[in-house]
Amino acid sequence: MTAPTAPTRERREDEFSAVSHVYEPHRVGLPPLGPYLRGLWRRREFMFELSRTELRAQHFNTVFGQIWLVLNPLLLACVYFILVDILRSRSGGIEFFAHLMSSLFIFQFVTDSMRQAVKSVTGGGKLILNTAFPRVMLPGASVLTAFKRFLPTLLIFIPVYFAAGHRPGFELLWVVPVVALFGLVASGLAMLVAAGQVYFRDLKNFLTYALRIWLYGSPILYHESQVPDRYHFLLVLNPVAPLLAAWSDIIDKGIAPSAGDLALGAAWGVALFLVGGLFFISREREFAVRL
Amino acid sequence: MSSLSASDRVRIRVQDVSVTYRTSLEKAPTLRGTLLRLGRRERVIREIPALRGVSFEVPHGKVMGVVGANGAGKSTLMRTVAGILPPTTGRVEVNGRVSTLLSLGVGFNRKLTGRENVVLGGLAAGLTRAELDSKYDEIVEFAELEEFMDMPMQTYSSGMYGRLAFAVSMAMRPDILIIDEALSVGDARFRRKSFKRMRELCEEDRTILLVSHALGTIEKLCDECIWMHKGELRMWDEPSAVVDAYTDFLGVKDEERDPVTMEDV
Repeated sequence: MTAPTAPTRERREDEFSAVSHVYEPHRVGLPPLGPYLRGLWRRREFMFELSRTELRAQHFNTVFGQIWLVLNPLLLACVYFILVDILRSRSGGIEFFAHLMSSLFIFQFVTDSMRQAVKSVTGGGKLILNTAFPRVMLPGASVLTAFKRFLPTLLIFIPVYFAAGHRPGFELLWVVPVVALFGLVASGLAMLVAAGQVYFRDLKNFLTYALRIWLYGSPILYHESQVPDRYHFLLVLNPVAPLLAAWSDIIDKGIAPSAGDLALGAAWGVALFLVGGLFFISREREFAVRL
Repeated sequence: MSSLSASDRVRIRVQDVSVTYRTSLEKAPTLRGTLLRLGRRERVIREIPALRGVSFEVPHGKVMGVVGANGAGKSTLMRTVAGILPPTTGRVEVNGRVSTLLSLGVGFNRKLTGRENVVLGGLAAGLTRAELDSKYDEIVEFAELEEFMDMPMQTYSSGMYGRLAFAVSMAMRPDILIIDEALSVGDARFRRKSFKRMRELCEEDRTILLVSHALGTIEKLCDECIWMHKGELRMWDEPSAVVDAYTDFLGVKDEERDPVTMEDV
């Protein structure tokens, strides 16, 4: 037996490609988190590539192609603006349009993540059955895809922002942490629905309506201040309400968001991320049996 | 790897492994069905034992053949060894990097091009982008699919599919290669090439688990062979002995051991 040096060169110390593995009975429970996270980090390129191909596959055979990435949200914003403008007696004007558009776009980032993630595991079929890798990268890629779809919408918002009479100041920098918190919420919910779909295949169908109700129950088509008292509990129960309030402060009013909104938003974000992550990771080894 | 410990000589050790799939009676689990059943306070879970108390070992650098009828649990066994399915009871010990070539399609997505699939599959299996770049040409060259790499995989024939899968698996330079009925898709020339490649891998001290219905292939390529029957290990012996017993079991008489049973159909 002439031991070659070639195979040792590529050896790595993580759960998914380590030199030695032992597989034992395992139903529900957390894998060792250290190696799991290292495996995740090592394969981060996979997540980016998966998201890239996801993005490329969408609108693949339409005439406008990738232009739909901005056309879709723009048309949606117009539809909702017309709807709200008809329903209300006095017109909100361009200023309200700016509020609606920016809030809708960031909200879409969250719901897009979930819509994409809900089918990520059950649609992963062959990949899951034939390759061992940290499954959490599937909803992870969905969030990444949604984020990449969100970025170009910022571009079309810029002219509206200026047309509404807003001028950028240093307060605009608050956008960065707030978007990060939205990302945290999106990731948590994405992992929840992705794992949930494995057990309840009806989830995807329900999700469409749940997300629509959520949109109407969030301060997007109206300002937070316009919510009647009897519906105020909705704002308390809504994970994105504090973040949307912060978002509106930054974009519409050009002021720094209140510490309360930020703290509440961060609490929601961290809680959802942890719950979603733990739920997903503790269940993911079972996915192959369930598909 | 100058000093090989005793446990290192055994590449794969499967000890008393059972795998049970749990499914509800419905085709797919749905919230609606679950709610209805919750309302009636009943729990419908059907357990399907796919593997029952299977134990065997594969030594370093050997080719282990796996034969058995459809539904005997061969693919489940391969997935368990690859660490994709957790065993319900028992223990699997694997020493080395595993690359899987499981029944056609290593996570291949038919809508994406061949190139995108190779990149995605490689990254998922844990290669870095730099490693992948250096291996990409080798993969394409081995699969002989130069002009097809930028076409969606749905335009590929099943033979081309299998060739690409095989080339990717080989390029991973695995310590352990698991091949599940994937060899049978290539044409004669490609199959010969794959045989040669597999032999080379063995000489490099790598270990192969080969699932095939082509009994001739098993006899020619393998050092040892196991026969799976209804989730149980029925026999573990020299390939010729196992193939003889298996063909007897199938009711194939000696004079009928023609190309139909011995080669790929």
